[in-house]
Amino acid sequence: MATDFDVNGGWNYAPSPESTKHIQLKPRYELFIGGAFVPPTANRYFDTINPADESVLTQIAYADETDVDLAVAAARKAYTTVWSGISPKERAKYIYRIARIMQEKARELAIVESLDTGKPIRESRDIDIPLACNYFFYYAGWADKLAYAFPNRTVAPLGVAGQIIPWNFPLLMAAWKIAPALATGNTVVLKPAETTPLTAMLLAEIIQEAQLPAGVVNIITGHGDTGAALVNHPDINKIAFTGSTAVGKLIQQAVAGTSKKLTLELGGKSANIVFEDAAIDQAVEGIINGIFFNQGHVCCAGSRLFVQESVADEVIQKMKDRLASLYVGNPLDKNTDIGAINSKAQYETIQQYIALGKQEGATIYEGPCDLPASGYFIRPTLFTDVAQSSVIAQEEIFGPVLTIQTFRTIDEVIQKANNSPYGLAAGVWTEKGSRIFNLSTQLKAGVIWANTYNKFDPTSPFGGFKESGFGREGGLHGLRGYVELS
Amino acid sequence: MIINTTQTQIPDFRQTPNVDKVGVEERCARFQTRSLKGDTKIDGLKRVLSMIDLTTLEGKDTPGKVRQLCYKAQHLHDAYPDLPTVAAICVYPTMVAEAKKALGSSGIRVASVATGFSSGQAPLDVKLMDTRFTVENGADEIDMVISRGRFLSGDYQFVFDEIAAIKAACGTARLKVILETGELGSLDQVRRASDIAMYAGADFIKTSTGKIQPAATMQVTYTMLCAIKDFYRKTGIRVGMKPAGGISSAKLALHNLVMVKETLGVEWLTNDWFRFGASSLANDVLMQLVKQQSGNYQSADYFSID
Repeated sequence: MATDFDVNGGWNYAPSPESTKHIQLKPRYELFIGGAFVPPTANRYFDTINPADESVLTQIAYADETDVDLAVAAARKAYTTVWSGISPKERAKYIYRIARIMQEKARELAIVESLDTGKPIRESRDIDIPLACNYFFYYAGWADKLAYAFPNRTVAPLGVAGQIIPWNFPLLMAAWKIAPALATGNTVVLKPAETTPLTAMLLAEIIQEAQLPAGVVNIITGHGDTGAALVNHPDINKIAFTGSTAVGKLIQQAVAGTSKKLTLELGGKSANIVFEDAAIDQAVEGIINGIFFNQGHVCCAGSRLFVQESVADEVIQKMKDRLASLYVGNPLDKNTDIGAINSKAQYETIQQYIALGKQEGATIYEGPCDLPASGYFIRPTLFTDVAQSSVIAQEEIFGPVLTIQTFRTIDEVIQKANNSPYGLAAGVWTEKGSRIFNLSTQLKAGVIWANTYNKFDPTSPFGGFKESGFGREGGLHGLRGYVELS
Repeated sequence: MIINTTQTQIPDFRQTPNVDKVGVEERCARFQTRSLKGDTKIDGLKRVLSMIDLTTLEGKDTPGKVRQLCYKAQHLHDAYPDLPTVAAICVYPTMVAEAKKALGSSGIRVASVATGFSSGQAPLDVKLMDTRFTVENGADEIDMVISRGRFLSGDYQFVFDEIAAIKAACGTARLKVILETGELGSLDQVRRASDIAMYAGADFIKTSTGKIQPAATMQVTYTMLCAIKDFYRKTGIRVGMKPAGGISSAKLALHNLVMVKETLGVEWLTNDWFRFGASSLANDVLMQLVKQQSGNYQSADYFSID
């Protein structure tokens, strides 16, 4: 009985790469300090690479301690002389202005984001950029309504916030960090990730165009030592970090014993749980979206799949069918479903985990997708025959790799899902409403999606339990990390 | 090419798989973002033409009107060389003999809506007589309607048996089962009706009569394609799909092809397994094809309206 579905070939889609002709990248990008673009004092630069073809896109300034010092000083000056004194309504005006200019330049931002990160243009165009704009719009609205956010309390800003963001959603993470900080009256020194600094530099240009008072937002680029200098700077009031749990722990150690406030949004190994009564075809779509969205470079990726044993074979078969219709390739092509792995280092990390999974005795299935000849690409990968004790089911891989385990009862799956040092997100797939409510109270995770996955909205708080960090970003809760209440 | 028969191993239709509407809508949106231009578009448009069941189902239909339609089916747009013909023409039972004669040896099939079309509110005997009359008049394909009232009242056994009886009366004609999804109320019910039809012996499942709105939305068609896929996995039997009603633009038709390709694969991208029930789709497809060739849109008056 031939039962395979040939979803490739026969009628092939037309290649449709976005043109990059209108994108004018500068030969090098300087530091954005005190409202101006200034070269780094040590005059050092590093390359930023297009992971889809390994070409050098442009050069980026490498900030050292002196530059960090200048940036923090500029932020402090802006805080004391301007930003803490102007009316909340004025603050809102600037934030709205930034959001609107971002919208105008959405197309350019999307293309640059895809060039620098390797994410498919479909995602940067439809998700990253519009969502980043929406975070600015949303928090602009809060700026003059803080008294309603915290009734009967006196609300004051913290001062200068040092913000360090990851490479998986560069512009979106910048928005998550900058928008609430500005709305609450803080000034900012932002450090983007070393592999993906480009859209942050475009945002700096937008901020300049929006005529935000000099020094309210400063953006400094560099590697880990730049971030460390920012964390250790004595004149910082608050550190907000999104990134790996390992670095998060270092930061927490560094700020211990200081008066610096801290929020951490760290890694995850989130459980996606499919019950036998779920709408299976839609659950399969959700599983695919949960783990392969942004090549799996998502801190809340649904990387541990738990399927009820009675439907496991059917679900796995349907997953395999679906993998065949995914297109892996040029991030700028609008047909592309899965783009390039962000960097060579991450590519190697993921390959090590895949090798480890095989070594541990798990069964591997790779989607039958063609890969481009150059660039960092990995096929969507499934591992079955995985146990809770398998390393690939415990550690965050941060790539397009899904581990699949089965379960028999609800208690069992709750126990297994919570049996992780992380607790960022979870997904529950069932048609039974009462079961959704039961699980949402029992699962130790900051975000729980029911019959969907990876949905983000500015009004909704986001953050983790356990080693996935503390503090919330987004929504009303997101304001709390940037205010002093009395 | 009859492949399906009334199955003997049938599932409990109260237990058919659930369908999540929000998830279906998201999936359907993704089908619309594939790049279809240049040769892909031309190839796709020609496939669409070859999959059309050119339809006239009006109370005012006459043999003369049917003859004109049959001529159109064979000469879609003679100014454009090497166009495929449509798959079939679809008429009322009383017009079948006339259509058969007019189409001759063109290879274009004659489909007809038997079984008390379009409400299906007729006794089984009448439906069987209708079917036999239509088959005897030469119909290659029978488009039957299910008893929606019985279905909605939960009498799945009745619906199943009725389809099986019509199937038996079809002989060598292929049976298309119209679910009239616009009257079923939810995608869960569409899925259930699809399963009943396929297990009862449908060679095609079809969305609508064209008399009720909404008709062939992408969400409904996708739900039915998923049912066909599961049926194929379980039985190894291929069932065809026919969205009908509401597909009047070439663009929507192409999005349907994307959906078929990514759900069931390229084997279903022929008129043996996929059809469009439409009356005005052909001219929009022709207009797009000519535009691809000449670079300009022609006035609608350059395309015959039969």
